[in-house]
Amino acid sequence: MASPRIIVVGGGLAGLAAVIKIAEAGGSVDLFSIVPVKRSHSVCAQGGINAAKNLKGEGDTTAQHFDDTVYGGDFLANQTPVKAMCEAAPAIIDLLDRMGVPFNRTPEGLLDFRRFGGTLYHRTAFAGATTGQQLLYALDEQVRRYESEGKVRKYEGWEFLSAILDAKGVARGITAMDLRTMEVRAFPAEAIILATGGIGAIFGKSTNSVVCTGSAQSAVFQQGVYYANGEFIQVHPTSIPGEDKLRLMSESARGEGGRVWVPKTPGDKRPVKQIPESERWYFLEEWYPKYGNLVPRDVATRAIHKVVYEHGLGIDGQPMVYLDLTHIDRETLNRKLEGILEIYEKFVGEDPRDVPMKIFPGMHYTMGGMWVDNNQMTNIPGIFGAGECEYQYHGANRLGANSLVSCIHGGFVAGPIALKYAKNLPGAEGDGGAAAEVTRQNEINKALINNQGNENPFRLWRELGQTMTEHATVIRYNKGLKEADAKIVELMERYDKVNLSDKSQWANTSFAFARQLKNMLELSRVVVQGALLRDESRGAHYKPDFPDRNDERFLKTTKASFTGAVEGPRFEFEEVDTQWIKPRPRRYDAAK
Amino acid sequence: MANKTVQFEIKRQAGPDAPAVWEKFELEWRPGMNVISSMMEIATNPVTADGRATTPITYDSNCLEEICGSCAMLINGKARMACSALVDNLEQPIKVEPLSKFPLVRDLSVDRSVLFQNLKAVKAWVPVDGTYDLGSGPRMFPQEQEVRYPLSNCISCTCCMEVCPQFNESTGFVGAATIAQVKLFNMHPTGKVLAEERLRALSGDGGVQECGYAQNCVEVCPKSIPLTDAISDVGRDVLVQKAKDMLRG
Repeated sequence: MASPRIIVVGGGLAGLAAVIKIAEAGGSVDLFSIVPVKRSHSVCAQGGINAAKNLKGEGDTTAQHFDDTVYGGDFLANQTPVKAMCEAAPAIIDLLDRMGVPFNRTPEGLLDFRRFGGTLYHRTAFAGATTGQQLLYALDEQVRRYESEGKVRKYEGWEFLSAILDAKGVARGITAMDLRTMEVRAFPAEAIILATGGIGAIFGKSTNSVVCTGSAQSAVFQQGVYYANGEFIQVHPTSIPGEDKLRLMSESARGEGGRVWVPKTPGDKRPVKQIPESERWYFLEEWYPKYGNLVPRDVATRAIHKVVYEHGLGIDGQPMVYLDLTHIDRETLNRKLEGILEIYEKFVGEDPRDVPMKIFPGMHYTMGGMWVDNNQMTNIPGIFGAGECEYQYHGANRLGANSLVSCIHGGFVAGPIALKYAKNLPGAEGDGGAAAEVTRQNEINKALINNQGNENPFRLWRELGQTMTEHATVIRYNKGLKEADAKIVELMERYDKVNLSDKSQWANTSFAFARQLKNMLELSRVVVQGALLRDESRGAHYKPDFPDRNDERFLKTTKASFTGAVEGPRFEFEEVDTQWIKPRPRRYDAAK
Repeated sequence: MANKTVQFEIKRQAGPDAPAVWEKFELEWRPGMNVISSMMEIATNPVTADGRATTPITYDSNCLEEICGSCAMLINGKARMACSALVDNLEQPIKVEPLSKFPLVRDLSVDRSVLFQNLKAVKAWVPVDGTYDLGSGPRMFPQEQEVRYPLSNCISCTCCMEVCPQFNESTGFVGAATIAQVKLFNMHPTGKVLAEERLRALSGDGGVQECGYAQNCVEVCPKSIPLTDAISDVGRDVLVQKAKDMLRG
């Protein structure tokens, strides 16, 4: 038969990694992305990428990386794929280095490594404080090379709408919409890989990029893909609050020695530099003497919340604490952290080399995602997942600098397996369901454009974001989660009255957004109801009414499936693979 | 007392062939607001300053942290990223227009794919043998990394091309961003295997010699990339390459 066609959706690190592996193996790939792939959200990752290269004489090992990751994730991750990722990581760093990533260097010309949260080793390779950008560019360049050789065809400015499923429920391609002409087309393929990132947009403001709506994974969820561990949402301890988004302030700031503190006196009126050392409360260092400022993110986030809301010690009574780098010399800061310092300077207007930064936790990462097996394939044959949109590497909490490695590793695994799968797939009957799926999508579009009512999709989105942030981030109560679910149902009803002020058929961004919003609403219920069912505290999921981890009941993967019923998704629980490391209590106030 | 407001004038164009019209907007001032957050605000209530219903504005944006390079536009006549254009630092009314040198899509959205085509033409990549495990990369001293890293910070926003007097249809000039990438890849121990091809790609019409040394590029670059240094380094290498090719000829 002819060479199989593979479709990759999403041009961040995971998608590009998959594309490279397929093209290298001789396959041909169609790559779909809403934005030019070089502008994908991976570009925002700052601090670095983990691999136990042990170049600092500390005796670091991949086994130690594996243990830190599983422990950091509060034992919720299936261990076998995590083990494989940690073992693959050193070679991934080497490859990126060979591709020309300008990693920071030691005086001898070797890769430099810094510390990150949830480990006591220097395990994080970095390129200034824009590591994600540099990694994305390296993969983008390799894909451009394959593109110029005719092995990759890019569809930038196209939005994935749905999978095409044949009568047997096997994926036969995708439908996508041209975001200029708004035309819907079917693209046949033997296998599809979704690498569509996180779902930050359902929280309104987050550290995520505009495209991170989760729309694609929600679409296939509604077509039958399981969504796993949706309730696990990482709130990053240090972000810059903003009008339009929460800008990330990398963990590397603390990795390089940044200290988090608040004045001991509530509402201290003195200029920050005049507050003496003895009157500053370095609460992370006090509470977690071993890890200090480098406790995992869920731990640091809850600590900041506690200091602000229980101790009433936020700066000037506001929900903010200091992240202080001013004790580090400017030259070191510029060499290792310049990118993030510039972000702070540009958006806040103060130089963090001189004045401590004011930061607060912000929604950052989606640990849950499409359920996939150890081959990165979902329960629908032919639909694969890689990167943040799938669930399998980070358990209940992701360690800093593990996302870049999980994205690239996931893509590297998914690509070749998808190609092999595609080669062995028997041909489709007829068009494999393509025409019917295009009709279904066109009908959705027609209904939306002709809808009568008085609702504005952007306003509905704001309300969704407020509800999700209030009830489904750092601290969760069952009462609040129930309120949030009811609110989402209300928003869904109001969605049916969305009246688009722009009904044109050319580059209609509010139309595209309204389509995404529907999918966001469906996914929000997965997050909220999953959280409601999990009556324990584990990793990023924290319920004061159930403060302890409960392995007996909840050492299980949550699997949601779509029903279309008013009650929302159906949930089941699956055993977690713990064959390598026996679950033990997770604590960071002492060495583990 | 009335709430403090912010005035905008935004150039609208429904499509490449549609006439351009300016629409005025008046928004409630909020601390920290920027041009993108203002347009998000307009989308929630698309009404002009004189109370006329309109449509949300079409524009490109993604990261909102000035790292993805999407939201370049002309703000008060200056090419810059809209996300980092803080309203408090801008003179009002804030005039917002699309970049002028790229094909218009709609409103503030333009097609800048020419840059990606240029990057293909100069083979802006390191030609690795493969992605299998071949051990660590070449050694590189921090001093080299410190030259390469700023060049690699280019976010492909195309501001340097917009402000360049030579970047137009008659010269076909590739622009500063592409030339800086040639320097980046020609410096790399493996990347330089393609150095001659890259230099030849920049030696003809539209190549590095089209630069008129206006130096607008380096002034406007949001990432402060030393673009003029790159142009002069690559310009010199192109000349040397031409001379070599002639002698070999």
